[in-house]
Amino acid sequence: MPSLDLFLQPEIFLVWTAALKTFVILGVVLTMVAYSVWAERKVSAFIQDRIGPNRVGWAGLIQPVADGVKLLLKENFVPGGVNKFFFSIAPSLAMIPAILVLAVLPFGSSLFGVPMVIANLDIGVLWVFAVSSLGVYGIVLAGWASNSKYPFLGGIRSSSQMISYELSLGLSVVPVFMITGTLNLGEIVQYQVDHGWMVFPAWFQSGGGLLEITTDNGGMFGLDLGQSLLWIPMMISFVIFMIAMFAETNRVPFDLPEAEQELVGGYHTEYSSMRFALFFLGEYAAMIAGAGVIVTLFLGGWSLPFVPDGSQGWFWGLVNIGTFFAKVAAIIFFFLWVRWTLPRFRFDQLMKLGWYVFFEVALLNIFLTAGILAYLQS
Amino acid sequence: MLTILFWVFSVLMLASAAAVVLFRNPVNSAMSLVLSFLALAALFVTLDAFFIGVIQVLVYAGAVMVLFLFIIMLLDLKAETRRRLNIAALAGGIAVLGGFVVLITHVVKSLPASTDHFPPLARTGYPDAYDIGMTLFSDFNLPFQIIGVLLLVSTVGVVFLSRRSLR
Repeated sequence: MPSLDLFLQPEIFLVWTAALKTFVILGVVLTMVAYSVWAERKVSAFIQDRIGPNRVGWAGLIQPVADGVKLLLKENFVPGGVNKFFFSIAPSLAMIPAILVLAVLPFGSSLFGVPMVIANLDIGVLWVFAVSSLGVYGIVLAGWASNSKYPFLGGIRSSSQMISYELSLGLSVVPVFMITGTLNLGEIVQYQVDHGWMVFPAWFQSGGGLLEITTDNGGMFGLDLGQSLLWIPMMISFVIFMIAMFAETNRVPFDLPEAEQELVGGYHTEYSSMRFALFFLGEYAAMIAGAGVIVTLFLGGWSLPFVPDGSQGWFWGLVNIGTFFAKVAAIIFFFLWVRWTLPRFRFDQLMKLGWYVFFEVALLNIFLTAGILAYLQS
Repeated sequence: MLTILFWVFSVLMLASAAAVVLFRNPVNSAMSLVLSFLALAALFVTLDAFFIGVIQVLVYAGAVMVLFLFIIMLLDLKAETRRRLNIAALAGGIAVLGGFVVLITHVVKSLPASTDHFPPLARTGYPDAYDIGMTLFSDFNLPFQIIGVLLLVSTVGVVFLSRRSLR
Protein backbone atom coordinates (compact mmCIF):
# COMPACT_ATOMS: atom_id res chain seq x y z
CA MET A 1 0.00 0.00 0.00
CA PRO A 2 1.52 3.38 -1.01
CA SER A 3 2.24 5.62 1.90
CA LEU A 4 1.38 9.29 2.13
CA ASP A 5 4.97 10.21 1.26
CA LEU A 6 4.41 9.09 -2.31
CA PHE A 7 1.84 11.83 -2.77
CA LEU A 8 4.25 14.40 -1.38
CA GLN A 9 7.08 13.69 -3.84
CA PRO A 10 7.54 16.94 -5.82
CA GLU A 11 6.55 15.62 -9.26
CA ILE A 12 3.58 13.55 -8.11
CA PHE A 13 2.49 16.38 -5.82
CA LEU A 14 2.51 18.74 -8.81
CA VAL A 15 0.41 16.36 -10.88
CA TRP A 16 -2.36 15.71 -8.38
CA THR A 17 -2.58 19.29 -7.14
CA ALA A 18 -2.79 20.52 -10.75
CA ALA A 19 -5.51 17.96 -11.51
CA LEU A 20 -7.42 18.96 -8.37
CA LYS A 21 -7.15 22.67 -9.23
CA THR A 22 -8.30 21.97 -12.79
CA PHE A 23 -11.40 20.10 -11.65
CA VAL A 24 -12.31 22.65 -8.99
CA ILE A 25 -11.84 25.64 -11.31
CA LEU A 26 -13.74 23.93 -14.11
CA GLY A 27 -16.59 23.19 -11.69
CA VAL A 28 -16.63 26.71 -10.27
CA VAL A 29 -16.48 28.39 -13.68
CA LEU A 30 -19.13 26.17 -15.28
CA THR A 31 -21.39 26.93 -12.31
CA MET A 32 -20.64 30.61 -12.82
CA VAL A 33 -21.52 30.21 -16.51
CA ALA A 34 -24.89 28.70 -15.61
CA TYR A 35 -25.59 31.38 -13.03
CA SER A 36 -24.45 34.25 -15.23
CA VAL A 37 -27.23 33.19 -17.63
CA TRP A 38 -29.59 33.39 -14.66
CA ALA A 39 -28.05 36.73 -13.63
CA GLU A 40 -28.45 38.02 -17.18
CA ARG A 41 -32.18 37.31 -17.04
CA LYS A 42 -32.56 38.72 -13.54
CA VAL A 43 -30.57 41.89 -14.30
CA SER A 44 -32.40 42.47 -17.57
CA ALA A 45 -35.69 41.99 -15.76
CA PHE A 46 -34.66 44.46 -13.08
CA ILE A 47 -33.53 47.03 -15.65
CA GLN A 48 -36.74 46.64 -17.66
CA ASP A 49 -38.91 46.68 -14.52
CA ARG A 50 -39.97 43.06 -14.82
CA ILE A 51 -39.65 40.16 -12.36
CA GLY A 52 -37.59 37.66 -14.35
CA PRO A 53 -37.38 33.92 -13.67
CA ASN A 54 -38.97 33.21 -10.26
CA ARG A 55 -40.85 29.90 -10.68
CA VAL A 56 -38.08 27.28 -10.31
CA GLY A 57 -36.65 27.38 -6.82
CA TRP A 58 -36.32 30.45 -4.61
CA ALA A 59 -35.95 33.56 -6.85
CA GLY A 60 -35.60 31.20 -9.81
CA LEU A 61 -32.24 29.90 -8.56
CA ILE A 62 -32.77 26.39 -9.97
CA GLN A 63 -33.67 27.84 -13.38
CA PRO A 64 -30.23 27.03 -14.91
CA VAL A 65 -30.74 23.33 -14.07
CA ALA A 66 -34.18 23.36 -15.70
CA ASP A 67 -32.74 25.11 -18.77
CA GLY A 68 -29.93 22.57 -19.00
CA VAL A 69 -32.28 19.60 -18.77
CA LYS A 70 -34.56 21.13 -21.39
CA LEU A 71 -31.69 21.74 -23.82
CA LEU A 72 -30.29 18.24 -23.29
CA LEU A 73 -33.64 16.57 -23.95
CA LYS A 74 -34.50 18.54 -27.11
CA GLU A 75 -34.03 16.99 -30.53
CA ASN A 76 -30.54 17.56 -31.87
CA PHE A 77 -31.66 18.53 -35.35
CA VAL A 78 -29.18 18.56 -38.24
CA PRO A 79 -30.53 20.43 -41.28
CA GLY A 80 -30.03 18.99 -44.75
CA GLY A 81 -27.10 20.22 -46.84
CA VAL A 82 -24.80 21.05 -43.94
CA ASN A 83 -21.19 19.95 -43.79
CA LYS A 84 -21.78 17.38 -41.03
CA PHE A 85 -18.25 17.17 -39.69
CA PHE A 86 -17.66 20.89 -39.22
CA PHE A 87 -21.28 21.42 -38.16
CA SER A 88 -20.71 18.98 -35.29
CA ILE A 89 -17.31 20.17 -34.08
CA ALA A 90 -17.96 23.92 -34.38
CA PRO A 91 -19.79 24.24 -31.01
CA SER A 92 -16.92 22.52 -29.19
CA LEU A 93 -14.39 24.74 -30.97
CA ALA A 94 -16.28 27.77 -29.68
CA MET A 95 -16.36 26.47 -26.09
CA ILE A 96 -12.85 25.00 -25.64
CA PRO A 97 -10.68 28.16 -26.08
CA ALA A 98 -12.71 30.05 -23.50
CA ILE A 99 -12.05 27.31 -20.94
CA LEU A 100 -8.35 26.95 -21.85
CA VAL A 101 -7.77 30.61 -20.98
CA LEU A 102 -8.56 29.77 -17.34
CA ALA A 103 -5.43 27.60 -17.13
CA VAL A 104 -3.10 30.57 -16.67
CA LEU A 105 -5.24 32.91 -14.55
CA PRO A 106 -4.00 33.24 -10.96
CA PHE A 107 -7.27 32.92 -9.04
CA GLY A 108 -5.68 33.17 -5.62
CA SER A 109 -2.33 33.64 -3.92
CA SER A 110 -1.59 30.26 -2.35
CA LEU A 111 -3.34 27.74 -0.18
CA PHE A 112 -1.25 25.44 2.07
CA GLY A 113 1.78 26.57 0.06
CA VAL A 114 0.29 25.51 -3.27
CA PRO A 115 0.15 28.43 -5.74
CA MET A 116 -3.45 29.03 -6.84
CA VAL A 117 -2.86 28.95 -10.58
CA ILE A 118 -3.12 25.84 -12.76
CA ALA A 119 -0.19 26.57 -15.08
CA ASN A 120 2.25 29.26 -13.99
CA LEU A 121 3.57 30.10 -17.48
CA ASP A 122 6.18 32.80 -18.05
CA ILE A 123 4.25 33.81 -21.16
CA GLY A 124 0.83 33.68 -19.53
CA VAL A 125 -0.60 36.72 -21.28
CA LEU A 126 0.47 35.48 -24.72
CA TRP A 127 -1.23 32.17 -23.93
CA VAL A 128 -4.43 34.07 -23.23
CA PHE A 129 -4.28 35.86 -26.57
CA ALA A 130 -3.14 32.80 -28.54
CA VAL A 131 -5.90 30.58 -27.20
CA SER A 132 -8.65 33.16 -27.46
CA SER A 133 -7.64 33.91 -31.06
CA LEU A 134 -8.57 30.28 -31.81
CA GLY A 135 -12.12 30.93 -30.61
CA VAL A 136 -13.04 32.50 -33.93
CA TYR A 137 -12.81 29.13 -35.72
CA GLY A 138 -15.88 27.76 -33.97
CA ILE A 139 -17.98 30.72 -35.10
CA VAL A 140 -16.63 30.90 -38.66
CA LEU A 141 -17.01 27.17 -39.22
CA ALA A 142 -20.51 27.17 -37.72
CA GLY A 143 -21.52 29.92 -40.11
CA TRP A 144 -20.01 28.23 -43.12
CA ALA A 145 -20.99 24.63 -42.35
CA SER A 146 -24.65 25.59 -41.80
CA ASN A 147 -24.89 26.20 -45.56
CA SER A 148 -27.38 28.99 -45.03
CA LYS A 149 -27.22 32.72 -45.76
CA TYR A 150 -27.79 34.34 -42.36
CA PRO A 151 -25.43 32.11 -40.39
CA PHE A 152 -22.80 32.67 -43.07
CA LEU A 153 -23.13 36.45 -42.85
CA GLY A 154 -23.02 36.20 -39.06
CA GLY A 155 -19.86 34.09 -39.21
CA ILE A 156 -18.17 36.51 -41.62
CA ARG A 157 -19.08 39.51 -39.47
CA SER A 158 -17.89 37.80 -36.35
CA SER A 159 -14.53 36.80 -37.77
CA SER A 160 -13.77 40.27 -39.15
CA GLN A 161 -14.85 41.81 -35.86
CA MET A 162 -12.70 39.48 -33.77
CA ILE A 163 -9.64 39.89 -36.00
CA SER A 164 -9.97 43.69 -35.88
CA TYR A 165 -10.38 43.96 -32.15
CA GLU A 166 -7.66 41.42 -31.36
CA LEU A 167 -5.16 44.05 -32.49
CA SER A 168 -6.43 46.73 -30.09
CA LEU A 169 -6.73 44.10 -27.38
CA GLY A 170 -3.11 43.02 -27.80
CA LEU A 171 -1.69 46.53 -28.18
CA SER A 172 -3.61 47.98 -25.24
CA VAL A 173 -1.94 45.64 -22.72
CA VAL A 174 1.63 46.26 -23.93
CA PRO A 175 1.99 49.21 -21.48
CA VAL A 176 1.19 46.83 -18.62
CA PHE A 177 4.14 44.63 -19.57
CA MET A 178 6.38 47.66 -20.01
CA ILE A 179 5.62 48.76 -16.45
CA THR A 180 5.73 45.35 -14.78
CA GLY A 181 8.52 43.95 -16.96
CA THR A 182 6.99 40.48 -17.12
CA LEU A 183 4.49 38.44 -19.12
CA ASN A 184 3.76 36.14 -16.18
CA LEU A 185 0.24 36.84 -14.87
CA GLY A 186 1.19 35.81 -11.32
CA GLU A 187 4.07 38.29 -11.29
CA ILE A 188 1.82 41.02 -12.72
CA VAL A 189 -0.54 40.48 -9.78
CA GLN A 190 2.40 40.48 -7.34
CA TYR A 191 3.55 43.81 -8.85
CA GLN A 192 0.10 45.22 -8.17
CA VAL A 193 0.22 43.92 -4.60
CA ASP A 194 3.46 45.88 -4.09
CA HIS A 195 2.70 49.02 -6.11
CA GLY A 196 -1.07 49.34 -6.13
CA TRP A 197 -3.60 48.27 -8.70
CA MET A 198 -3.08 49.40 -12.26
CA VAL A 199 -6.28 51.46 -12.31
CA PHE A 200 -6.06 52.57 -8.67
CA PRO A 201 -2.37 52.92 -7.71
CA ALA A 202 -2.96 54.28 -4.22
CA TRP A 203 -0.92 52.06 -1.95
CA PHE A 204 2.43 50.34 -1.86
CA GLN A 205 4.68 48.53 0.55
CA SER A 206 7.92 50.42 0.06
CA GLY A 207 8.32 54.02 1.15
CA GLY A 208 9.43 57.09 -0.76
CA GLY A 209 6.18 58.50 -2.05
CA LEU A 210 4.49 61.87 -2.13
CA LEU A 211 1.95 61.11 0.55
CA GLU A 212 2.27 58.42 3.14
CA ILE A 213 0.00 57.18 5.86
CA THR A 214 1.15 54.24 7.97
CA THR A 215 -1.74 52.18 9.27
CA ASP A 216 -1.97 50.33 12.58
CA ASN A 217 -1.04 46.92 11.23
CA GLY A 218 2.16 48.21 9.65
CA GLY A 219 0.76 48.62 6.15
CA MET A 220 1.57 51.77 4.26
CA PHE A 221 -0.92 53.83 2.33
CA GLY A 222 0.36 56.38 -0.09
CA LEU A 223 0.69 57.95 -3.47
CA ASP A 224 3.84 57.64 -5.50
CA LEU A 225 4.84 60.10 -8.24
CA GLY A 226 5.73 57.38 -10.75
CA GLN A 227 2.59 55.37 -10.13
CA SER A 228 0.43 58.49 -10.37
CA LEU A 229 1.97 59.46 -13.72
CA LEU A 230 1.63 55.91 -15.06
CA TRP A 231 -2.00 55.93 -14.01
CA ILE A 232 -2.85 57.99 -17.13
CA PRO A 233 -1.70 55.40 -19.74
CA MET A 234 -3.08 52.64 -17.51
CA MET A 235 -6.55 54.14 -17.59
CA ILE A 236 -6.35 54.46 -21.40
CA SER A 237 -5.23 50.82 -21.59
CA PHE A 238 -7.99 49.72 -19.26
CA VAL A 239 -10.75 51.48 -21.19
CA ILE A 240 -9.56 50.19 -24.57
CA PHE A 241 -9.06 46.67 -23.23
CA MET A 242 -12.49 46.63 -21.63
CA ILE A 243 -14.27 47.84 -24.78
CA ALA A 244 -12.26 45.53 -27.04
CA MET A 245 -13.23 42.69 -24.71
CA PHE A 246 -16.90 43.51 -25.36
CA ALA A 247 -16.19 43.16 -29.07
CA GLU A 248 -14.17 39.96 -28.64
CA THR A 249 -16.92 38.28 -26.66
CA ASN A 250 -19.63 39.50 -29.08
CA ARG A 251 -21.51 41.31 -26.34
CA VAL A 252 -23.84 44.27 -26.81
CA PRO A 253 -23.12 46.96 -28.01
CA PHE A 254 -20.98 44.89 -30.40
CA ASP A 255 -23.19 41.81 -30.86
CA LEU A 256 -23.39 42.30 -34.63
CA PRO A 257 -22.75 38.61 -35.44
CA GLU A 258 -26.15 37.76 -33.97
CA ALA A 259 -28.07 40.97 -34.62
CA GLU A 260 -31.57 39.52 -34.51
CA GLN A 261 -33.25 42.10 -36.72
CA GLU A 262 -30.76 41.60 -39.54
CA LEU A 263 -29.41 38.07 -39.22
CA VAL A 264 -32.06 36.03 -37.37
CA GLY A 265 -29.77 34.29 -34.84
CA GLY A 266 -26.46 34.82 -36.62
CA TYR A 267 -24.02 31.94 -36.85
CA HIS A 268 -26.05 29.64 -34.59
CA THR A 269 -29.39 30.03 -36.43
CA GLU A 270 -29.35 26.41 -37.64
CA TYR A 271 -28.32 24.92 -34.31
CA SER A 272 -30.60 23.34 -31.77
CA SER A 273 -30.47 21.44 -28.50
CA MET A 274 -27.10 20.93 -26.77
CA ARG A 275 -25.07 22.17 -29.75
CA PHE A 276 -26.83 25.52 -29.46
CA ALA A 277 -26.30 25.40 -25.71
CA LEU A 278 -22.55 24.94 -26.23
CA PHE A 279 -22.40 28.16 -28.28
CA PHE A 280 -24.48 29.93 -25.69
CA LEU A 281 -22.41 28.70 -22.76
CA GLY A 282 -19.17 29.25 -24.70
CA GLU A 283 -20.07 32.92 -25.00
CA TYR A 284 -20.61 33.20 -21.26
CA ALA A 285 -17.44 31.20 -20.55
CA ALA A 286 -15.52 33.62 -22.79
CA MET A 287 -17.07 36.50 -20.89
CA ILE A 288 -16.01 35.04 -17.54
CA ALA A 289 -12.50 34.30 -18.80
CA GLY A 290 -12.30 37.84 -20.22
CA ALA A 291 -13.45 39.28 -16.90
CA GLY A 292 -10.76 37.18 -15.20
CA VAL A 293 -8.10 38.63 -17.51
CA ILE A 294 -9.31 42.20 -16.86
CA VAL A 295 -9.24 41.61 -13.11
CA THR A 296 -5.77 40.07 -13.26
CA LEU A 297 -4.20 42.73 -15.45
CA PHE A 298 -5.80 45.91 -14.15
CA LEU A 299 -7.72 45.34 -10.93
CA GLY A 300 -5.07 43.67 -8.82
CA GLY A 301 -6.14 40.05 -9.31
CA TRP A 302 -6.70 38.37 -5.93
CA SER A 303 -5.32 41.27 -3.89
CA LEU A 304 -7.10 43.65 -1.58
CA PRO A 305 -5.33 46.51 0.22
CA PHE A 306 -3.92 45.46 3.60
CA VAL A 307 -5.14 41.89 3.24
CA PRO A 308 -2.19 39.45 3.56
CA ASP A 309 -1.68 36.65 1.03
CA GLY A 310 -1.93 32.88 1.53
CA SER A 311 1.51 32.56 3.12
CA GLN A 312 -0.04 34.04 6.30
CA GLY A 313 -2.41 31.09 6.72
CA TRP A 314 -5.08 29.20 4.82
CA PHE A 315 -7.82 31.62 5.87
CA TRP A 316 -6.18 34.49 3.98
CA GLY A 317 -5.62 32.14 1.02
CA LEU A 318 -9.36 31.54 0.90
CA VAL A 319 -10.04 35.27 1.29
CA ASN A 320 -7.80 35.93 -1.74
CA ILE A 321 -9.66 33.36 -3.84
CA GLY A 322 -12.98 34.87 -2.76
CA THR A 323 -11.69 38.35 -3.65
CA PHE A 324 -10.75 37.23 -7.15
CA PHE A 325 -14.15 35.68 -7.87
CA ALA A 326 -15.96 38.66 -6.31
CA LYS A 327 -14.09 41.00 -8.65
CA VAL A 328 -14.89 38.73 -11.62
CA ALA A 329 -18.56 38.76 -10.62
CA ALA A 330 -18.49 42.57 -10.43
CA ILE A 331 -17.05 42.80 -13.95
CA ILE A 332 -19.68 40.34 -15.22
CA PHE A 333 -22.38 42.50 -13.67
CA PHE A 334 -20.89 45.45 -15.55
CA PHE A 335 -21.08 43.45 -18.81
CA LEU A 336 -24.76 42.69 -18.17
CA TRP A 337 -25.51 46.25 -17.16
CA VAL A 338 -24.03 47.57 -20.42
CA ARG A 339 -25.91 45.00 -22.46
CA TRP A 340 -29.30 46.10 -21.18
CA THR A 341 -28.49 49.80 -21.33
CA LEU A 342 -26.86 50.51 -24.68
CA PRO A 343 -28.23 50.04 -28.19
CA ARG A 344 -26.26 48.14 -30.83
CA PHE A 345 -23.65 49.74 -33.07
CA ARG A 346 -23.86 49.61 -36.85
CA PHE A 347 -21.30 47.28 -38.42
CA ASP A 348 -19.36 50.04 -40.24
CA GLN A 349 -19.30 52.09 -37.03
CA LEU A 350 -17.90 49.08 -35.21
CA MET A 351 -15.10 48.54 -37.72
CA LYS A 352 -14.30 52.27 -37.86
CA LEU A 353 -14.12 52.47 -34.09
CA GLY A 354 -11.75 49.52 -33.99
CA TRP A 355 -9.44 50.54 -36.81
CA TYR A 356 -9.53 54.35 -36.71
CA VAL A 357 -9.74 55.03 -32.98
CA PHE A 358 -8.68 52.16 -30.70
CA PHE A 359 -5.80 50.91 -32.83
CA GLU A 360 -4.16 54.35 -33.00
CA VAL A 361 -4.85 55.30 -29.40
CA ALA A 362 -3.46 51.98 -28.15
CA LEU A 363 -0.34 52.49 -30.28
CA LEU A 364 0.17 56.07 -29.03
CA ASN A 365 -0.41 54.85 -25.49
CA ILE A 366 2.65 52.57 -25.81
CA PHE A 367 4.81 55.58 -26.72
CA LEU A 368 3.29 57.63 -23.90
CA THR A 369 4.12 54.87 -21.40
CA ALA A 370 7.64 54.55 -22.77
CA GLY A 371 8.11 58.31 -22.41
CA ILE A 372 6.90 58.32 -18.81
CA LEU A 373 9.07 55.32 -17.92
CA ALA A 374 12.12 56.97 -19.49
CA TYR A 375 11.38 60.19 -17.56
CA LEU A 376 11.03 58.30 -14.28
CA GLN A 377 14.27 56.37 -14.75
CA SER A 378 16.30 59.48 -15.63
CA MET B 1 7.62 11.04 -21.62
CA LEU B 2 9.07 13.76 -23.85
CA THR B 3 10.00 11.16 -26.47
CA ILE B 4 6.41 9.90 -26.56
CA LEU B 5 5.13 13.46 -26.90
CA PHE B 6 7.65 14.13 -29.67
CA TRP B 7 6.43 11.13 -31.67
CA VAL B 8 2.75 11.88 -31.08
CA PHE B 9 3.04 15.49 -32.17
CA SER B 10 5.42 14.94 -35.09
CA VAL B 11 3.19 12.18 -36.49
CA LEU B 12 0.15 14.43 -36.01
CA MET B 13 1.95 17.33 -37.67
CA LEU B 14 3.10 15.33 -40.69
CA ALA B 15 -0.23 13.55 -41.11
CA SER B 16 -2.19 16.78 -41.05
CA ALA B 17 0.36 18.42 -43.36
CA ALA B 18 -0.21 15.56 -45.82
CA ALA B 19 -3.95 15.99 -45.36
CA VAL B 20 -3.63 19.63 -46.48
CA VAL B 21 -2.57 18.39 -49.91
CA LEU B 22 -4.78 15.30 -50.07
CA PHE B 23 -8.14 16.85 -49.18
CA ARG B 24 -10.22 18.05 -52.14
CA ASN B 25 -12.26 20.49 -50.06
CA PRO B 26 -10.21 23.68 -49.40
CA VAL B 27 -11.85 24.23 -45.99
CA ASN B 28 -10.72 20.77 -44.88
CA SER B 29 -7.22 21.60 -46.13
CA ALA B 30 -7.14 24.89 -44.27
CA MET B 31 -8.29 23.26 -41.02
CA SER B 32 -5.67 20.51 -41.45
CA LEU B 33 -3.05 23.20 -41.79
CA VAL B 34 -4.27 24.74 -38.52
CA LEU B 35 -3.93 21.34 -36.84
CA SER B 36 -0.43 21.02 -38.29
CA PHE B 37 0.52 24.43 -36.85
CA LEU B 38 -0.86 23.49 -33.45
CA ALA B 39 1.16 20.24 -33.43
CA LEU B 40 4.26 22.22 -34.45
CA ALA B 41 3.63 24.63 -31.57
CA ALA B 42 3.38 21.63 -29.23
CA LEU B 43 6.78 20.43 -30.51
CA PHE B 44 8.26 23.84 -29.70
CA VAL B 45 6.82 23.60 -26.20
CA THR B 46 8.41 20.17 -25.65
CA LEU B 47 11.72 21.89 -26.46
CA ASP B 48 11.00 24.46 -23.69
CA ALA B 49 10.57 27.17 -26.35
CA PHE B 50 7.30 28.42 -24.90
CA PHE B 51 7.49 31.83 -26.48
CA ILE B 52 7.96 30.57 -30.04
CA GLY B 53 5.31 27.90 -29.52
CA VAL B 54 2.73 30.42 -28.35
CA ILE B 55 3.64 32.92 -31.07
CA GLN B 56 3.23 30.10 -33.60
CA VAL B 57 -0.35 29.64 -32.40
CA LEU B 58 -1.06 33.36 -32.07
CA VAL B 59 0.25 34.42 -35.47
CA TYR B 60 -0.23 31.43 -37.76
CA ALA B 61 -3.14 29.47 -36.30
CA GLY B 62 -4.91 32.47 -34.81
CA ALA B 63 -4.46 35.19 -37.41
CA VAL B 64 -3.06 34.04 -40.76
CA MET B 65 -5.19 30.91 -41.08
CA VAL B 66 -8.35 32.74 -40.01
CA LEU B 67 -7.80 35.10 -42.94
CA PHE B 68 -7.13 32.12 -45.25
CA LEU B 69 -10.35 30.47 -44.13
CA PHE B 70 -12.16 33.75 -44.53
CA ILE B 71 -11.10 34.03 -48.19
CA ILE B 72 -11.68 30.35 -48.97
CA MET B 73 -15.23 30.55 -47.70
CA LEU B 74 -16.01 33.36 -50.12
CA LEU B 75 -14.93 31.19 -53.08
CA ASP B 76 -16.95 28.63 -55.00
CA LEU B 77 -15.81 25.41 -53.36
CA LYS B 78 -17.91 23.09 -55.52
CA ALA B 79 -15.81 23.89 -58.59
CA GLU B 80 -12.70 22.90 -56.67
CA THR B 81 -14.05 19.57 -55.42
CA ARG B 82 -15.36 18.68 -58.87
CA ARG B 83 -11.95 19.03 -60.53
CA ARG B 84 -10.62 15.77 -61.97
CA LEU B 85 -7.34 14.27 -60.86
CA ASN B 86 -4.57 15.09 -63.35
CA ILE B 87 -2.36 11.97 -63.52
CA ALA B 88 0.55 13.72 -65.27
CA ALA B 89 0.61 16.53 -62.68
CA LEU B 90 0.42 13.99 -59.84
CA ALA B 91 3.35 11.98 -61.27
CA GLY B 92 5.35 15.16 -61.81
CA GLY B 93 4.64 16.31 -58.28
CA ILE B 94 5.71 12.99 -56.77
CA ALA B 95 8.91 13.01 -58.85
CA VAL B 96 9.79 16.52 -57.69
CA LEU B 97 9.01 15.57 -54.08
CA GLY B 98 11.23 12.46 -54.35
CA GLY B 99 14.09 14.50 -55.78
CA PHE B 100 13.68 17.07 -53.02
CA VAL B 101 13.74 14.42 -50.29
CA VAL B 102 16.92 12.87 -51.72
CA LEU B 103 18.52 16.31 -51.93
CA ILE B 104 17.58 17.25 -48.38
CA THR B 105 18.85 13.96 -46.91
CA HIS B 106 22.19 14.41 -48.70
CA VAL B 107 22.55 17.97 -47.47
CA VAL B 108 21.60 17.09 -43.91
CA LYS B 109 24.00 14.11 -43.85
CA SER B 110 26.87 16.30 -44.99
CA LEU B 111 26.32 18.70 -42.08
CA PRO B 112 28.53 18.08 -39.04
CA ALA B 113 25.55 18.59 -36.70
CA SER B 114 23.83 15.46 -38.00
CA THR B 115 26.40 13.24 -36.30
CA ASP B 116 27.54 15.46 -33.43
CA HIS B 117 25.23 16.44 -30.66
CA PHE B 118 24.30 20.08 -30.30
CA PRO B 119 25.73 21.72 -27.21
CA PRO B 120 23.01 22.33 -24.64
CA LEU B 121 21.46 25.79 -24.83
CA ALA B 122 22.83 28.37 -22.44
CA ARG B 123 20.37 28.97 -19.62
CA THR B 124 20.21 32.57 -18.49
CA GLY B 125 17.59 31.96 -15.86
CA TYR B 126 15.24 34.43 -17.51
CA PRO B 127 12.03 33.52 -19.41
CA ASP B 128 12.71 32.69 -23.05
CA ALA B 129 10.81 35.78 -24.18
CA TYR B 130 13.45 37.85 -22.38
CA ASP B 131 16.32 35.98 -24.07
CA ILE B 132 14.76 36.34 -27.51
CA GLY B 133 14.17 40.04 -26.95
CA MET B 134 17.74 40.62 -25.76
CA THR B 135 19.17 38.74 -28.75
CA LEU B 136 16.96 40.58 -31.23
CA PHE B 137 17.63 44.04 -29.86
CA SER B 138 21.37 43.67 -29.21
CA ASP B 139 23.04 41.14 -31.53
CA PHE B 140 20.60 41.41 -34.42
CA ASN B 141 19.40 44.96 -34.01
CA LEU B 142 20.14 46.11 -37.57
CA PRO B 143 18.54 43.11 -39.37
CA PHE B 144 15.57 43.45 -37.01
CA GLN B 145 15.09 47.12 -37.91
CA ILE B 146 15.50 46.36 -41.61
CA ILE B 147 12.73 43.74 -41.37
CA GLY B 148 10.60 46.32 -39.61
CA VAL B 149 11.10 48.80 -42.46
CA LEU B 150 10.39 46.05 -45.01
CA LEU B 151 7.09 45.22 -43.30
CA LEU B 152 6.18 48.90 -43.15
CA VAL B 153 6.90 49.29 -46.87
CA SER B 154 4.77 46.28 -47.74
CA THR B 155 1.92 47.56 -45.53
CA VAL B 156 2.02 50.97 -47.22
CA GLY B 157 2.15 49.23 -50.61
CA VAL B 158 -0.90 47.10 -49.83
CA VAL B 159 -2.87 50.14 -48.64
CA PHE B 160 -1.91 52.05 -51.79
CA LEU B 161 -2.81 49.20 -54.15
CA SER B 162 -6.15 48.51 -52.51
CA ARG B 163 -7.10 52.20 -52.56
CA ARG B 164 -6.26 52.54 -56.26
CA SER B 165 -8.42 49.60 -57.22
CA LEU B 166 -11.35 51.18 -55.40
CA ARG B 167 -11.23 54.37 -57.43
